[in-house]
Amino acid sequence: MSDNSPMKGIRTPLKRVRGLGASGSSATADFWWQRVTAVGMLILIIPVIVIVMMLLGRNQAGAGQILGTPVVALLVLLFVVASAFHMRLGMQVVIEDYIHDERLKLISVLANNFFSIAVSLASVYAILKLSSGV
Amino acid sequence: MVEFALPKNSKITGGKSWPKPEGATETREFRIYRWNPDDGKNPSVDTYHVDIHDCGPMVLDGLIWIKNNIDPTLTFRRSCREGVCGSCAMNIDGQNTLACTKSMHDVADGGAVKINPLPHQPVVKDLVPDLTNFYAQYASIEPWLHTTTPAPQKEWRQSKEDREKLDGLYECILCACCSTSCPSYWWNSERYLGPAALLQADRWVSDSRDEATGERLDNVEDAFRLYRCHTIMNCTKACPKGLNPAKAIANLKLKLVERQV
Repeated sequence: MSDNSPMKGIRTPLKRVRGLGASGSSATADFWWQRVTAVGMLILIIPVIVIVMMLLGRNQAGAGQILGTPVVALLVLLFVVASAFHMRLGMQVVIEDYIHDERLKLISVLANNFFSIAVSLASVYAILKLSSGV
Repeated sequence: MVEFALPKNSKITGGKSWPKPEGATETREFRIYRWNPDDGKNPSVDTYHVDIHDCGPMVLDGLIWIKNNIDPTLTFRRSCREGVCGSCAMNIDGQNTLACTKSMHDVADGGAVKINPLPHQPVVKDLVPDLTNFYAQYASIEPWLHTTTPAPQKEWRQSKEDREKLDGLYECILCACCSTSCPSYWWNSERYLGPAALLQADRWVSDSRDEATGERLDNVEDAFRLYRCHTIMNCTKACPKGLNPAKAIANLKLKLVERQV
């Protein structure tokens, strides 16, 4: 019986509230990682701004030179990965808040995961390519 | 998707303006949400004038005065008239609060006292919301002492310090002002437990005598039941008893992180 069934009204309110039960520790993990990535980005944002300003106006060779420094490349990589992870978690919260149709929600969460992974991988690949000068 | 607009049959249309009471020297205007399930009409806002020299100072006094003197069909819940029972929770001048502890003289600039039922709940009639789901959510956190140890001859003992940890939690009267002021509860009340039920969950998690702390935390560890709270803090702002549901929810999250990290 779907949740939209007219027979829904004869179920007890407690049955409806208990639903499928609690989703468990992955919910706390999502909450925790949203904070971890937020604090990480807070620490990384100043060096990343400095690096981006250094990169402004340079050509590919110049950018490659700066990103060729291991510390610089690692800082930018960390920032990209943390922000992509943070973006994925945050967007999922927004989807869960506002999209109530189960099928549309599933598709949106799927699309959100694909987009975040694609964006972070493309960024990581670009940084590695520039920093290794290949 | 979430519905941001009211459904067609909930849109508020005109309303009746009742004449001022005869012989009154000073009156206060009340604009009150009216909806009758039996007449098939949309809700309306009726205007009344209360003789403030013939009436107590609180908004509830005004409502009772209207019911006694102008319109006996006006429907609302009330019982203790001193902020203990939580029956007369409603939206007054844009804020969820108890009509019995809100003075009509505190309503902005002496203008009209605007009264609506608690937001985003089905309306039974006029100012009476259907709180079935709210009460079921309270029942779902099992608000009683859970123990495995055989009960002692006398009472379960608790130190003064442990008892003090329940201050700010046990005073909740379940008026639903907090939960119905929470946007997250508006969008997801079928799955998010809301600040009132979560404050009660924290009350039992924080009780030194309760032996089911882990099971209680398991019960709320859910992306919707607990983590729909985005610390908007409307709950704390609304609570007519001056409690802090947002802090109680933060305590639950802290305990869940604590047992995992």
